[in-house]
Amino acid sequence: MMRDINKSKKKSKMWENIRRNWYNYSRNSLSIIGLLVICIIILVAVFAPYVSPHPKSADKFIDFDEANRPPSSIHICGTDQYGRDVLTRIFFGYRYSLIMGIVVLAIVAPLGVLLGLTAGYFKDSWIETIIMRITDIFVAVPPLILALAVCSVLTPGLFHAMMAVCVMWWPWYTRMVYGISSSLKGEFFVQAAELTGASNLHILLREILPNCMAPILTKMSLDMGWVILIGASLSFVGLGVQPPTPDLGSMVAEGCKYLPDQWWISVFPAIAIMLVVLGFNLVGDGVRDMFGA
Amino acid sequence: MTKLPNNNILNISNLVKYFYTRQGIVRAVDGISFAIRERETFGLVGESGSGKSTVAYTIVGTYNPTEGKILYKGQDISRESRKRPQSLKKEIQIVFQDPGSSLNPVRTISQILELPLKVHDVVKDSKERINKIAELLDMVQLPSDYLYKYPTMIGGGEKQMVGIARALATDPSFVILDEPTSALDVSIQAKIINMLVKFQKEFNLAYLFITHDLSLMRNIADRVAIMYLGKICEIAPTSEFFKNPLHPYTQMLLSSIPVITDEEEELKPKKIISKGEIPSPVNIPSGCSFHLRCPRKIPICSKDDPIMVNVKEGHCVRCHLFTR
Amino acid sequence: MSMPLLEIKNLHVWFKVFGGILKVLDGVDLIVRPGEKVGLVGEMGCGKTTTMKSIMKLLPMPPAIIPEGEIIYKGKNILKMSSEELQRIRRKEISMIFEDPTAALNPVFTIGEQLQDAVKYSGSESLKTKTKENIRNRAIQALKEVSLPDPERVLRYYPLQLSGGMRQRVCISMALITSSELLIADEPGTSLDVTIKDQVLRLLKELVEKRGTSIILISHALGLVRGMTDRVYVMYAGSVVETGKTNKLFTNPLHPYSQGLLDAIPKLTGDGIGEGISGRIPEYINPPSGCRFHPRCRYVKPICKEKKPPFFKVNEDHEVKCFKFQKKGDEIAKQ
Repeated sequence: MMRDINKSKKKSKMWENIRRNWYNYSRNSLSIIGLLVICIIILVAVFAPYVSPHPKSADKFIDFDEANRPPSSIHICGTDQYGRDVLTRIFFGYRYSLIMGIVVLAIVAPLGVLLGLTAGYFKDSWIETIIMRITDIFVAVPPLILALAVCSVLTPGLFHAMMAVCVMWWPWYTRMVYGISSSLKGEFFVQAAELTGASNLHILLREILPNCMAPILTKMSLDMGWVILIGASLSFVGLGVQPPTPDLGSMVAEGCKYLPDQWWISVFPAIAIMLVVLGFNLVGDGVRDMFGA
Repeated sequence: MTKLPNNNILNISNLVKYFYTRQGIVRAVDGISFAIRERETFGLVGESGSGKSTVAYTIVGTYNPTEGKILYKGQDISRESRKRPQSLKKEIQIVFQDPGSSLNPVRTISQILELPLKVHDVVKDSKERINKIAELLDMVQLPSDYLYKYPTMIGGGEKQMVGIARALATDPSFVILDEPTSALDVSIQAKIINMLVKFQKEFNLAYLFITHDLSLMRNIADRVAIMYLGKICEIAPTSEFFKNPLHPYTQMLLSSIPVITDEEEELKPKKIISKGEIPSPVNIPSGCSFHLRCPRKIPICSKDDPIMVNVKEGHCVRCHLFTR
Repeated sequence: MSMPLLEIKNLHVWFKVFGGILKVLDGVDLIVRPGEKVGLVGEMGCGKTTTMKSIMKLLPMPPAIIPEGEIIYKGKNILKMSSEELQRIRRKEISMIFEDPTAALNPVFTIGEQLQDAVKYSGSESLKTKTKENIRNRAIQALKEVSLPDPERVLRYYPLQLSGGMRQRVCISMALITSSELLIADEPGTSLDVTIKDQVLRLLKELVEKRGTSIILISHALGLVRGMTDRVYVMYAGSVVETGKTNKLFTNPLHPYSQGLLDAIPKLTGDGIGEGISGRIPEYINPPSGCRFHPRCRYVKPICKEKKPPFFKVNEDHEVKCFKFQKKGDEIAKQ
């Protein structure tokens, strides 16, 4: 009987937390706008085949009659040099951007966080030295150059581009969490757990990690935009997604040749990149407010 | 040193703890000895830099003693908590000074109280655990809906009650209380102290009670020791300590206590205006560490460090004025 | 009875937060006369610091709202003053000493720089020409007043190089430069050791008496307040519940809360510790109706739950906000 009462109290506490978090998030209207923009982009990307005006344009498609048409009611963002609808390709291009962001962060965040937690908790020991010195090495190399180096060794493509970005991104999580973990090490509640006899694993994952979640989630929200931008930069120089697969970065690159006359081929993809990066930045700000930073 | 009968729960002899820092050697605890009996409340008093907290943390195992011995029920435990047997961690518990940071802000009260129960297998399974946690909350007079609250949602006094419940969860024999009520209001302090006294009788606990509030000490300790810059200056049974303080530092401290009735004012020793700052433990003065501030200094004080002498039954002082 | 220097009349302060409005201050009344030493005691969360921050207008105005009340300083309402007037008062006449001297001093500037800034902007009339030389000398003089040894050297130190007691003295000296009329000290000894606290507060008392400055001493440590003040106000849950001459109130507390409080303080006589007061401080989001202490009061009567008690004058210089002291045709001191 007591357990049932407790379960319902637990649920109501959960709802209260969710409502409180939303209250804090929504103080700034820009965060709400950012959230709206991102939601639209995600929906558009997920349902691209159903919502895009000319789904065939996303694949091998050539229609020279329609090539280089300026923005009109049929092609809201115009067509490119092969007659493909630019707006459709933007929708499909968002898919790859989002995939890049999600996959990279899904790999980088857990890895970086675990390394940082361990290094911070075992401060002043050989574990910390090894982890942090390796981190330092990766941080020292300029990120884009590192990514380019990795990509040029491997064959260009989405998968390898993601690997390259992963390689350059993980140290930042390690560093951030290392700072928090090493400062929390001295807190009384960690000492209390140690003195009771809790295992190191418990302390790392159950005592220290939850205290890092706020900055980690904030960073992940902000990072989505940046990872997408780096991914676009890589495809801009030809090292990412390969044609004819639509990708925002390569669309901007291809369209450069046609500036300034057929400006819509480059400019709209560029605006699309800007929207998604800005959207995630605003969401990241909101997340930071939500956690009360 | 007083010779106590064999039912000592804790015996500290010549405990030394130094910290080696870039600024120099911090002589936090510089050779102290005392014993605590079962079911006794032993009070440790001192200002900042006195080393009283370091003593507490060395006993409980956060620090490794530099020198000296700690005997618990006859067993030598003079090492860090990590190197101590798991069963010992049930027996010696600590309640921290700052209730705010002694509870993990992102864990619920129930999770916080569950940890010691889980680690030491105090109860059979998770169903029993929830009941035991509810029992613990009830014991410290907190309502059961606090189970799913976070520490940030409850007041300082209540957080401290959770800290006490956590300490008592494993049924210890010896509890160290490091300034448990310093951060709290008077009325909550009264409630918590009364609770602690009750638990001591009920569960046969020995307490090492650390505080800088002498009025509080007067009412709960059986014996009091006063520390200054890492060394004990005086130990005596409580009423003797307050009625007949011998060490000049004790007198200085007692004369500075703010009191609220004229009756208490009468009980204080003659006013000794405290001069000067407390030196840093990195830079301890030569000879007797108190001589720079002592109003009754004699020439030998700046040269030699005095040793602890037994002046009366149970009353020891470390001061050249009493060394024959 | 001389005209009050500062008079807080029926001050209400609310805070808008998630979940509603925190009705923290519920009608605070307080008077400080020139040269008087007044204490404001109460436990954590009773609203003492909120009251003081309202005087200095340090409350962030959203989320804080002041729906009712006045703070009259020298005849003018602070809450309605222009920012120039307010700034002038802050520079010359009223200043505040905070609880934690470490947090009150900027760690990246030397003591000298901070003190000299205080002198420069203090608009103190005695400085005819504010040359660098003059400012520096004034700063050194300020440090000498608070008995800091070797002031020239202290000027070069950073706050973290000083001990807690010295930092608090620096804060006091800074406050004295900019307060010719009123000093508000918010828990000035809390972070200090017993002997150092004694020294510093003794010094504060001397300086305040010498200059004739009024002081409001806020503390939850009643022993301290007893040693330093002439009159005291006891606050509970957002309003003043009792006020009177310090030694009178302490020997004979009338309000059930003051009684409980004084009873709970451990005494040197060793008689044991009082029971404390049952219950806990009310939530400001949904405060109790009528007298906010009624859920915890053992003398509670039906009227306590309905109406807020006004001040009842029990003696010269001793007033209580409690219906227990209401007699037929009683002289009501303040509504």
